[in-house]
Amino acid sequence: MKKTSEKKRFDLLSPLLRLLTWSAAALTTLIVLYLVGYILIKGVPHLTPSLFAWTYTSENVSLTPALVNTLLMTLLALLLSAPLGICSAVFLVEYAKRGSKVVKVIRLASETLAGIPSIVYGLFGLIFFVVTMHWGYSILAGGFTLAIMVLPLIMRTTEEALLSVPDTYREGAFGLGAGRLRTVFRIVLPAAVPGILAGIILAVGRVVGETAALIFTAGTLAQIPKSPLESARTLSVHMYNLSSEGLHINQTYATAVVLMLLVLGINALSSALARMLGGGKSSK
Amino acid sequence: MNRRPDYSFRSFLEIVMEVIFLLAACVSVLCVALICVFLFANGLPAIGKIGPLQFLLGTKWKPGNDLFGIAPMILGSLYVTAGAILVGVPVGVLTALFLARFCPRKLYQILRPAVNLMAGLPSIIYGFFGLVVLVPWMRGLFGAGKSILTAAILLGIMILPTVISVSESALRAVPAQYYEGALALGATHERSVFFMVLPAAKSGVTASIVLGIGRAVGETMAVIMVAGNQAMIPESITSGVRTLTANIVLEMGYAADLHREALIATAAVLFVFILLINLLLSLMKRRTAK
Repeated sequence: MKKTSEKKRFDLLSPLLRLLTWSAAALTTLIVLYLVGYILIKGVPHLTPSLFAWTYTSENVSLTPALVNTLLMTLLALLLSAPLGICSAVFLVEYAKRGSKVVKVIRLASETLAGIPSIVYGLFGLIFFVVTMHWGYSILAGGFTLAIMVLPLIMRTTEEALLSVPDTYREGAFGLGAGRLRTVFRIVLPAAVPGILAGIILAVGRVVGETAALIFTAGTLAQIPKSPLESARTLSVHMYNLSSEGLHINQTYATAVVLMLLVLGINALSSALARMLGGGKSSK
Repeated sequence: MNRRPDYSFRSFLEIVMEVIFLLAACVSVLCVALICVFLFANGLPAIGKIGPLQFLLGTKWKPGNDLFGIAPMILGSLYVTAGAILVGVPVGVLTALFLARFCPRKLYQILRPAVNLMAGLPSIIYGFFGLVVLVPWMRGLFGAGKSILTAAILLGIMILPTVISVSESALRAVPAQYYEGALALGATHERSVFFMVLPAAKSGVTASIVLGIGRAVGETMAVIMVAGNQAMIPESITSGVRTLTANIVLEMGYAADLHREALIATAAVLFVFILLINLLLSLMKRRTAK
């Protein structure tokens, strides 16, 4: 078959292959546009003031408490996982001998964590934080669960950011008599800030979009919690509840718009920061 | 004069901070250990009580009658994932080929952010989209809205960004000589890309597929909303199905005693699946590194 088509001057296969790739790309684009467009068109007209009322009732299905809870949850998860993730990455890149046993074990662990589905995190959070630690369905349990979930993400992005700092920076600092610690905090970390921030913001995006890990750890109470041991539903969980109840379909579309724009805005910010790092690297 | 104590304080601080960094790095190991211990400690006794064979191969899941067989859910996860791969991989790999080797520069600046946007969308949004758009479509076409097919299509869409991004970077990493050599031998641009560059990027493309499998197996919220969730072995691709992940979310809220332990055991089975997929992935990475 191949031989004959090669002998022939007229090549049918090449345009066909070209057409295939173009149509696949067109299909992908179409899906994105349709998905985002559909939700925007259906949702934007229903963004009414009552949807943003301060307290939730079953009539106005306000998303404000959920939005505040999302903010609190994100803060809590990041306060826990950002310092841990950054310190881990500093250890892996700046301190550990490359290829040592410790590094291998840590890498394996963080890769494993990165692959675990969010529902398994949710169940672990339920068994460990909610039941064993007696925290109950609470924002604290949810925050700890999500912190573990985004830890590998922050570790990996920070590692990449640290690795992209040229070795000449470190050599210069050592040459001027700075110790390892001073080099890390004064030279390497400041140079890697945009990359680290990009990773953290990516983690924020994941926390905001997470549902499965929160249903059984933070619960579904649609109120702003008065203490960290109270249940609190985030925007994604709110969205899930609304769409599975199916009673307020228009408000669900509107909530989807808010959630979508929030997550997309966060991700855009992250990639803008990552570009800043990339630009800085190429100019040096 | 005060230099010496300063030095010793510094070196003391150096050691303290190094230990702190090491401890921080060990937290992830601790987390994996904790997850394993708690999942298996709570799940394995249930498997023991039910009997490993009855649990893994039993076809009846009726918690009310103390029947806990998760074979329908294992099959469900398998079918839905296989479907997602069939739907998502061809489109994803072809799109990656387009982005890496065919795409005009200007178009790339639109398409790349579009793919990133897809990767960033929360699964609950995909699920909602599936519920309000895909399910009615499928009902119109096949009579059954929530089915394996619907879940497979939705998951196929959801794994697209993973497949595209990983495949694209693999395709871009192929040395230019491969492509140029093929051109020099008289192949057209398309033939060089498809028969020279794509085979050379095989390991990266395979890795993207395995990552996609991992995502599809672990997906929960989107699947719940479109798969129908019947805990039975499906008869055809248009019948409803329940995955391992869905089983946990649907019943954990009210489960007690053995039922609850059986659900945790379900999560343990899912966890083992994911570990196997990760193992496969790291084996592949090691092979490409050599």
